[in-house]
Amino acid sequence: MTKIKSLFMALILSLGVSSAFADGHGSTLDVVKERGFLKCGSNTGLAGFGLPNDAGVWEGIDVDVCRAVAAAVFGDASKVEYVPTTSKVRFTVLQSGEVDMLSRNTTWTLQRDVELGLEFVGVNYYDGQGFMVPASLGVSSATELDGASVCIQVGTTTEMNLADFFSANGMSYEAVPVETNSEADAAYTAGRCDVYTTDASGLYASRAGYPDPSAHVVLPEIVSKEPLGPSVRHGDSAWADIVRWSLNAMIIGEEKGITSANVDEMKNSNDPEVLRLLGVNQVGDTGAGYGQWLNLSDDWAYNILQQVGNYSESFERHIGPNTPINIQRGLNALYKDGGILYAPPFR
Amino acid sequence: MSSAVINNPLLRSKTGIWLKKNLFSSWLNTFITLVSIYFIWQVGSFFLSWAIFDADFLVNFRGEVILDRTYCSKNIEPGLHGACWAIIDARFYQFMYGFYPAEEVWRVNLTFLLLPLALIGIFFDKLPYRKFFIYFTFIFPFIAYYLLYGGPTLSQVGTNKWGGLLVTLFLGVTGIGLAFPLSILLALGRRSQMPIISSMCVIFIEFIRGVPLITLLFTANVMLPLFLPDGISPDNLLRALVAVTLFQSAYMAEAIRGGLQAIPRGQVEAARSMGLTYWQSTRKIILPQALRISIPPIVNTSIGLFKDTSLVLIIGLFDLLGIGRAALADMSWIKLYYEVYVFVSLVFFIFCFAMSRYSLYLEKKLKTDNSQ
Repeated sequence: MTKIKSLFMALILSLGVSSAFADGHGSTLDVVKERGFLKCGSNTGLAGFGLPNDAGVWEGIDVDVCRAVAAAVFGDASKVEYVPTTSKVRFTVLQSGEVDMLSRNTTWTLQRDVELGLEFVGVNYYDGQGFMVPASLGVSSATELDGASVCIQVGTTTEMNLADFFSANGMSYEAVPVETNSEADAAYTAGRCDVYTTDASGLYASRAGYPDPSAHVVLPEIVSKEPLGPSVRHGDSAWADIVRWSLNAMIIGEEKGITSANVDEMKNSNDPEVLRLLGVNQVGDTGAGYGQWLNLSDDWAYNILQQVGNYSESFERHIGPNTPINIQRGLNALYKDGGILYAPPFR
Repeated sequence: MSSAVINNPLLRSKTGIWLKKNLFSSWLNTFITLVSIYFIWQVGSFFLSWAIFDADFLVNFRGEVILDRTYCSKNIEPGLHGACWAIIDARFYQFMYGFYPAEEVWRVNLTFLLLPLALIGIFFDKLPYRKFFIYFTFIFPFIAYYLLYGGPTLSQVGTNKWGGLLVTLFLGVTGIGLAFPLSILLALGRRSQMPIISSMCVIFIEFIRGVPLITLLFTANVMLPLFLPDGISPDNLLRALVAVTLFQSAYMAEAIRGGLQAIPRGQVEAARSMGLTYWQSTRKIILPQALRISIPPIVNTSIGLFKDTSLVLIIGLFDLLGIGRAALADMSWIKLYYEVYVFVSLVFFIFCFAMSRYSLYLEKKLKTDNSQ
């Protein structure tokens, strides 16, 4: 009996261990390279950010960050396995090593960055709480909303931001309390309140689903900071650098006008930064390019821009004005175009 | 009552008598019947016109092929309200197989085809050549594993690519199948004379029954990886399966314990007096009778579990419902809630209804057996 039992235990252990031993230990980059593909924690479905399309292919600006890292590491943007995560399990999935990085509309906060053992490597979308009103109301600024009725999710940060904004501007509002975001959407559509407020990207997504989207306007005021960005585990800075600079490469690509279409021509550019980015110029006279510092091949950024495109291409493809979601660049424009998107220099 | 009514052939027919007796026996009943018919007619005709007569299937009212929600008739003409089933067609592959590679999908289809063959041996005891069907039942899990996951000569398809009905059926069928033997042991253990075994079984059963399935799923999904060393994390689907199996085994064990308690004590004593050991009497005398009695409650908990598998979407697995929610999040199809949820509930209904009819069939059969 004991013999059978110990055999049984051994079997269970070997099953459990063998299925996962491939992950092994060591630096994340080595693990990823050995595995042959990147494991990226994605959303379970958020239009424009991360979502499987009709053909089952993942799409979105968050997904493009995963693809950029895969292009940098493997030279092939398709070498990604998406692990769908809900907002409740996303941090554990990253902490336990089930995914190599997380890229799913996650707000960068002190607590998450420090206490949860995450490392946010940048911001790929500056979100914030906004207001939507029917166009027929004739309101062009949130400061004109004195006395309006607002559909609001009770007990959320959204509610607190709303109260702060109105009292700071000496205005009053009438709260129409609802439980969930979709309920707020439904209440607003049914005309139970004048104003619908949540994160601006969510407002745009809701509006796109209305029968006549142009009958509603998202007001320009943004009353909270919700910087969304990719994150990795604490403790492997080399890997964090790779993810950080993959995102930066996309932003610098836009700054320098490098697109997936002209990336080959840009290799003949006169701009030294472009040449460094595309792996043409060497570091001093070492004979090696700038990939060596990241333990990547010298054409890593070239691969990102060729296969995924620059930040602007990704934005326009998934959430820009020509998509049903129809989000203006706003804060997410480059610093030189009036936004706050800014990548450190590539040198 | 006038003679015209009594001689009316309709009222004297069998149907007429049944109608009068059951639906029109008094003024109150007649009133309730008429109101109910009116209500059913209203709801039914609205549903049918929405779901079938006014609905778009693959083309809209202009005859254009529907590529996304903007092509749906109801989104073109404000007066139209029919369903737009094109979303189901566009995502049908995902609803069935998730993200399983298209060139390997025959493996899933073959497994789906073999599944009924593996089940009928257990379900119908008068089947010709039943023995061979039962043998097949026992080797089916290995065939299914080989086909779905891969192995020698078949390429490996990770469980993260599984989804839709495949995941729902996998969790439902495997969970119920694995829980069955486990629950028999638990039920026997709970009634055991040995205090350690019986208290262990009681603690296990009561603990599992005392927490919701969602808690077990979170425990398996979130806590387990934190206890294990870095980098060692069993498959996500496997973890969900363990939680589902443990949950189902506790409930099934209680159903079987009910059956065990219904067996008169004389049966055990008679078996013992003939010199049968505990295991012999349990296997040959007690269990066959007890399981028979507990089949309806077992099927009952199984139906419950089958529906509960949709909770796995909270831990990021794309079951049938999860695929539906992903489809709804897509800008191409956003806000087609009714179509998606009606379709998903229809699929769940087909499986649950089949299970409940089977349970009814068994109950009838058991009744005749007892009267013999």
